[in-house]
Amino acid sequence: MTDTVVETTAPKSVGPGKAKSIALNIIPPILFGALVLGGWYFISYVMLSENRRFLLRPPDKVLTEGFLDWGGTGGMSEMLQSLWSSTKVAGIGLFLAILIGLFLAVLMSQAVSVEKALFPFLVTLQAVPILAIVPLISFWWGTGQTSRVVVCIIIALFPIIVNTLFGLQSAEKGMHDLFTLHHVNRVTRLRKLMFPAALPALFAGLRISAGLSVVGAIVGDFFFGRGEVGLGQLIKRFASRLQGEELLTSVILSAGLGVAVFLLFTWLQNKAIGKWSERAGLV
Amino acid sequence: MGDNGSAALAFDDIGMIFPDGTETLQNISFSVDKGEFVTVVGPSGCGKSTLLKIASGLLEPTAGDVAVDRDSLGYVFQDATLLPWRTVLGNVELLCELHGMGKAERRELAEASIDLVGLQGFQNHYPKSLSGGMKMRASLARTLTLKPPVFLFDEPFGAVDEITREHLNEETQQLFLQEGFAGLFITHSITEAVFMSTKVLVMSARPGKIVASFDIPFDYPRKPDLRFDAEFARISGEVSKELRGGHS
Repeated sequence: MTDTVVETTAPKSVGPGKAKSIALNIIPPILFGALVLGGWYFISYVMLSENRRFLLRPPDKVLTEGFLDWGGTGGMSEMLQSLWSSTKVAGIGLFLAILIGLFLAVLMSQAVSVEKALFPFLVTLQAVPILAIVPLISFWWGTGQTSRVVVCIIIALFPIIVNTLFGLQSAEKGMHDLFTLHHVNRVTRLRKLMFPAALPALFAGLRISAGLSVVGAIVGDFFFGRGEVGLGQLIKRFASRLQGEELLTSVILSAGLGVAVFLLFTWLQNKAIGKWSERAGLV
Repeated sequence: MGDNGSAALAFDDIGMIFPDGTETLQNISFSVDKGEFVTVVGPSGCGKSTLLKIASGLLEPTAGDVAVDRDSLGYVFQDATLLPWRTVLGNVELLCELHGMGKAERRELAEASIDLVGLQGFQNHYPKSLSGGMKMRASLARTLTLKPPVFLFDEPFGAVDEITREHLNEETQQLFLQEGFAGLFITHSITEAVFMSTKVLVMSARPGKIVASFDIPFDYPRKPDLRFDAEFARISGEVSKELRGGHS
């Protein structure tokens, strides 16, 4: 085949296009952030009178009395310890949720009967308000670390299972036919076709679950309130003592933790599938 | 037509009725021998692709028999069916890998196939950066690695533009001449059928039956200009007439 004409796709734009896209990604959130800060000041100083200002302390007070006040009870060093405790709980919970989720999704992908059997129960587990089963969890696992991890798993499990299962089932029929024609066994089909095909959806699920695991860690800590002090217990304490600055600081730290794990999984996603996936470069 | 005991691929009175009662194929009998390139043309939905699925064993016919060595089949799908997470080289190596070949051997076969379809230099590209025609070439290369004596083509060039299609037809013809396989090609392009084939079979609308057979007399290798030849136009016209008759 000597006279082959090879068509190439259009080259990707570089230079000014990239700068423009960075500007487009960065400027709007900065502007919106400034608007939120402005609104925050407006509410603190204009809408709230002096004696009601504890309801929403202004941003600079949160910075000086929350973030920059290092020592003592409720100081930054205690908050960072709590943050670390909640990070551990979220990390362990997410890790276990990933293991259980992948296992169940693979199982469900192998037989429709298994999928049909398990799915209603998973939907039910997802639908139960976590508060409703907190007493049960504390009966069975006490009020310490284990229960907090269990809450994390329950909250983070569903998106992993649903997305992974969807991904495992997403390989095109033609590709399955190709594997069938070459008499491929179940394990090879799973390893070389279904699992790689599932990666984009799997990562979409992981990014949702990563954020949810942080919610689980803090909610669990808030309700069980024993053992290592996590962000949940701190939030509860600051709220009961009307420590507005510290309360807002711990809320911001919680959100920061959620954003950090989300970004971590986005980075992992781009590393793992960025080269080939059509979803590459997704923030 | 008619079955032939020594043919590489032979359909003997094939019928296909799907579980929902749709009769797709009726009394299909023909054979394809080594060095033959048979194309089946027919209206959409007449069961052309079903015929290939039956040949490959992906579907069992409800009547009749297929005589073919299933391990000797190459199947080129309607879509390129490239795995998006593998590079061109990885995709072309896939079948060798599934057949348990060693790394060095499959690399060598894959590189040779990539050369055959003219994708040199694109080994490390992922499918998402390839054009439709290049994806199809990679898909052809993948099938070529196992050097199958029987090649099934399921409307492989339906989704590419006309010029690319013509190039791919010429290249497929060249592969046919080089490799000498028995080819069964499905299409609804009459020009494509007449240009590449030794024989063109016309299938009627559902239930699909073979309503006409044309031996194509042109010598290989066929030049692109053949498409403007008077005899080519005459045969294409005949095929078209049969196709329209089968449609009504």
